[in-house]
Amino acid sequence: MMPRRSWGRDLRYLALYLVKRLLALLVTVLIGVYLTIVVANMGGQVDELRRVQIRSEAFEQVRADPAFQEMASAERNALVERRVALEVERLRLDEPFVLRSVDYLQRAMRLDLGRAEQMHSDAGSRRVSDIIVERLPATLLLFGTANLLVFFVAVGSALWLSRRYGGRVDRLVIALAPSSAAPGWFYGIFLILAFAFLVPLLPPGGMVAAPPPQGLAYAISLARHMLLPVAAMVLSSIFVSIYAWRTFFLIHASEDYVEMARAKGLPSRLIERRYILRPTLAPIITNFLLMLIGLWSGAIILEQVFNWPGLGSLLFQAIGFRDTPVIIGGVVIFAYLLAVTVLLLDLLYALLDPRVRILGEGRGGA
Amino acid sequence: MSWGMGRRETWAELRRYPSALAGVALILLLVALALHTLATVPYDQAVASWRSGEARLPINARPVWSDWLNPGRAPRSQSLIAEEVASAAFPGGRRLTQRIVLDYAYDDFPSELALFLTPRHSEHAAFLRLTWHTPDGREIDLGSRRLVGETRVALSQDRPLERRLGRPAHLGLLAATDGEAVLPGRHTLTLEAVFFDPGAELASELLLYGRVHGLAGTDHQRRDLSLALRWGTPIALAFGLVAAVGTTLSTLVIAAVGVWYRGWVDALIQRLTEVNMILPLLPILVMVGTLYSTSIWLMLGVVVALGIFSAGIKTYRAMLLPIREAPYIEAARAYGASHLRIVMRYMLPRILPVLIPTFVTLIPTFVFLEASLAVLGLGDPVLPTWGKVLNDAQAQSALYNGYYYWVLAPAALLMLSGLGFAMLGFALDRVFNPRLRSL
Repeated sequence: MMPRRSWGRDLRYLALYLVKRLLALLVTVLIGVYLTIVVANMGGQVDELRRVQIRSEAFEQVRADPAFQEMASAERNALVERRVALEVERLRLDEPFVLRSVDYLQRAMRLDLGRAEQMHSDAGSRRVSDIIVERLPATLLLFGTANLLVFFVAVGSALWLSRRYGGRVDRLVIALAPSSAAPGWFYGIFLILAFAFLVPLLPPGGMVAAPPPQGLAYAISLARHMLLPVAAMVLSSIFVSIYAWRTFFLIHASEDYVEMARAKGLPSRLIERRYILRPTLAPIITNFLLMLIGLWSGAIILEQVFNWPGLGSLLFQAIGFRDTPVIIGGVVIFAYLLAVTVLLLDLLYALLDPRVRILGEGRGGA
Repeated sequence: MSWGMGRRETWAELRRYPSALAGVALILLLVALALHTLATVPYDQAVASWRSGEARLPINARPVWSDWLNPGRAPRSQSLIAEEVASAAFPGGRRLTQRIVLDYAYDDFPSELALFLTPRHSEHAAFLRLTWHTPDGREIDLGSRRLVGETRVALSQDRPLERRLGRPAHLGLLAATDGEAVLPGRHTLTLEAVFFDPGAELASELLLYGRVHGLAGTDHQRRDLSLALRWGTPIALAFGLVAAVGTTLSTLVIAAVGVWYRGWVDALIQRLTEVNMILPLLPILVMVGTLYSTSIWLMLGVVVALGIFSAGIKTYRAMLLPIREAPYIEAARAYGASHLRIVMRYMLPRILPVLIPTFVTLIPTFVFLEASLAVLGLGDPVLPTWGKVLNDAQAQSALYNGYYYWVLAPAALLMLSGLGFAMLGFALDRVFNPRLRSL
């Protein structure tokens, strides 16, 4: 028996469901980050790193304090050693890794990522979280734009193609689909070659012109710089996306209830909207978010190729500097981004799929 | 159903797709190239040559085919052996005069000039004086030097000479007096050596480093790019194949075990899959590469390890669930088949054919992954691969400097392998996937 529709109750179940998923995801992230820490610590690199940090901090403190300025150097070194020993004990670095890994974990989960060894943010901060926060918007802008573009263009043209399947355009798309075997950075190299060097129309890399212009000119400059990387990403995934969606829609268009609607003589636009799109919305969204997940990690090289100041190129620079805190911090941030994406997926699922709400009721009643 | 199809029928079905045939042809071509490379260039030789470069190869030479518009006009490497014109003994020593004749006919200057000198039976340091005669009768003194043991005289790097000529020797010596153009005709290099050993001999050779070399050109460290392109083929294919086999098979076995045992095993596998989805593959590879080693086999291990609990488990699970309830499985249980036997011999073979297309389309993903790591500077420390060539090219701003071939050749090989496997995979998908066959 279907329950009477009531928004309040729906909302309550939705909230309950989301809290459950949030907790589950938190546990998932916890395990994921813990695994990352274990991987990163296997050679004892992180410990070594922290000892070095403690020593340099202690030394800086002693050096900067005017009270110790008259001290003899041997005496001052002894003071530094004492402070280091205290700090090592305070941070439990003398304890076994198992105990301390829990400490690392809760620091990482609170996004307390520590201080960078060599790198600093453009504003001059040495805190890893500041460095990362500064780079995040650039990544979100570039990949958000490209993904949305690919998604909507692909679904739109797939719907259009599924009406004309077997035609010339359809066959062309099928023939072009294998071109997606190459990742975006690969096409990026050729786009740079073609449009920045052979025909110098667009800048080969970077995010804005230097010095950055103000106001509207800034937006125009940004758009010009975004054009090539976005084109590279679109090129590398558009044909296979259209192909996949077209096949998907074609399979759904041969379902019995769609045939039935057609037999009733409903207009094709209505059939498309109500009989094909609505029941397939959940898998469409899933696919979209899974694509997002895939592109997060593909970002590193594309950003590097286009010199885009995002998270990916940050990670690349961190490799160059062997700046371990930044590398680990980057991995943690990537894990969080993926988790947020999955949570978004759950939320949309709950909104779109009535079964989730009913399930919530069944569990709520139990 | 599709998985009832025999091998012959599959092939007959596949032949209807021209793209599948093209894909198979590309793959066979790459495999042939890989086998040929393995047969002709030994591993040790490839690694050694790629590590140190070769002194006799030019720097950043274009491939020979880049000269196609005007064939034969771009200078190639040319080795000229000296002939002895005079020899006179004196008490306690010997005076030698040698001449190297160079008939220069190319339009462009060579990229470098060097003299390789090998004195024999000469215990004491000898004295050497070099003079260059141009076709228009000028005489250029290239200075004198001591000669001890085997020597490479890098004329192009001789700074005092460069100051006198106004530009590096390979340009200055071959140019006409007025400046820019090459002066064609017979140039002569005269070597006058004084040895303080009566029986001393001298073998000298003038090497003009060309502007073009081989099928793929050379890079900034005097390495023949064709070596990396050829050796990159078996490495890329092996990496792609092993990674694809490793990830798909392990994922499939894990999914089948979960479906068969149900309960906590299944739940654990599902949760692990979710954890694995959170772990970003590339950053972890980057981390492992930075902290431990960039060995290609370690990377392969990490890729396979992270691929075991991939999102594919959910798909395979959905496919395996109905199979678990099939009557033939029940029959197998009735005659007392073990759990392992049922999973490995009864459940897995049922869905293996469905996996083939996925598997084939996965191979290029891993080929590109290896290239991606190399482009990030995390390529294998010793092996020459396509990705490492791209990385070098990018580090040397190859596109900006106009060395297009340096980027184009490895990129073309990557693209060909990607296209080959993808075209075959897409066609296989349509053959094996009955719902797609009518579309």
